Amino acid sequence: MSWFSKFLGSSIGRKLLMSLTGLFLISFLPVHLAGNLQLLAGDGGEAFNTYAEFMTTNPLIKFISYGLYFFILLHTFLGVRIWLRNRSAKGSKYAVSSTGTSSFSSRNMAWLGIIIFAFLVLHLYQFWLKMKMGVLEKVNVAGLDEPVNNLYAPVEAAFTDPIYVIIYVIAMIVIGFHLWHGFQSSFQTLGLNHKKYTPVIKGLGAIYSIVVPLGFIVIPIVFYLRHAM
Amino acid sequence: MKLTLKVWRQNGPNDKGNLETHQVEASEHMSFLEMMDVLNENLISEKKTPVAFEHDCREGICGTCNMVINGRPHGPQKGTTVCQLHMRAFKDGDTIVVEPWRASAFPVIKDLVVDRSPFDRIIQAGGYISVNTGQAQDANAIPIEKDLASQAFDAATCIGCGACVAACPNGSAMLFTSAKVAHLNMLPQGEVESSKRVLNMVNQMDEEGFGMCSNVGACEAECPKEISITNIALMNREYLTASLASNTTT
Repeated sequence: MSWFSKFLGSSIGRKLLMSLTGLFLISFLPVHLAGNLQLLAGDGGEAFNTYAEFMTTNPLIKFISYGLYFFILLHTFLGVRIWLRNRSAKGSKYAVSSTGTSSFSSRNMAWLGIIIFAFLVLHLYQFWLKMKMGVLEKVNVAGLDEPVNNLYAPVEAAFTDPIYVIIYVIAMIVIGFHLWHGFQSSFQTLGLNHKKYTPVIKGLGAIYSIVVPLGFIVIPIVFYLRHAM
Repeated sequence: MKLTLKVWRQNGPNDKGNLETHQVEASEHMSFLEMMDVLNENLISEKKTPVAFEHDCREGICGTCNMVINGRPHGPQKGTTVCQLHMRAFKDGDTIVVEPWRASAFPVIKDLVVDRSPFDRIIQAGGYISVNTGQAQDANAIPIEKDLASQAFDAATCIGCGACVAACPNGSAMLFTSAKVAHLNMLPQGEVESSKRVLNMVNQMDEEGFGMCSNVGACEAECPKEISITNIALMNREYLTASLASNTTT
């Protein structure tokens, strides 16, 4: 296995792991968004709670979710290690620095990533942990015999709190910037740079990094406005 | 034209170094190096040590005249080296900051001169063809599509100056290494050793302590030969294939 560990430990191998874990997280976001959009159903959370019950009990989803936790940690851990190595490889800084044509996102991936991770800790503490600890009240939903966790309640409480709404919106914008570079960069790392497909990948990446965070942003804002009016 | 120069002075790898301010009078027809020559003439006549900087061909092909001018490797002009940069690119009264390449793998030897021998060792690791390629007419007898030959030639125009490393916020040498890999691996004479080449060159690049590419693209923007980062994608592809699919285990 020595050739394999050497491959994964090489600069290109590590970048490959960043790219693949990143793409996995990219594929996860629309699924999460589709689930969250049920919060807007206006049914007092019935659709959302049914969905949340399915996501926490279905064996296949459970299996994938363990992969998700692992890949989030791997992406973060590797990212920080690459960042530290790159900082020491650069060494001293220029007295005059020029950023040229490079994008803000590409130069700040590590900082954007660290902000996202900090938000994730808060996010998981606020919703996921409450679900796992079983401290949520139970409600009955149509189609299920047993009462289910009312995850809608803490979501509603958070999304009507202006401070949390602001934190959430900022975090989504940061995710958008991270994706702006991350989406297309992951394909370049995989070696997928092609005259015909690269413009399509870059276009899709741009649309994705705007539309998906915007989708997440809409939800707390709708909640907040409904509550305020 | 009257200029204020802030030049990096450093006595050796272990010296801390600092920016030194000088006034220089230059003509706008001078190249940047000729302006530096004027500065050194002045310093010598004042019995001071001239600024050490590398230069050789002064026609943009040797890759030695390496300076970061106002934060940009090889200065503000696109697709040229410092020797091809003329003072008409600046205005009378300008302040110009001149610094050496900055990267841990390129330690400063003196003033603006850095040690670029890591690049030589990357070339030694695989930037050559060791199979018998015959005489000049044999190369002409091998059919190669024009587009492919042009792509390989574009990669081959890399002069190994190190501006990519200097521009990269990660101090990565992937544009240089990928240009060399692409140049040789794309052609039939180089293809036979392609797996071994990419594995050895990337391995050497990592051992030299260069950073990892995060696809920022500053390298291709500052490259005096305008080498494209599509070469980095090609190198990644070649490296993945060589690591996972070839019989080479080293």
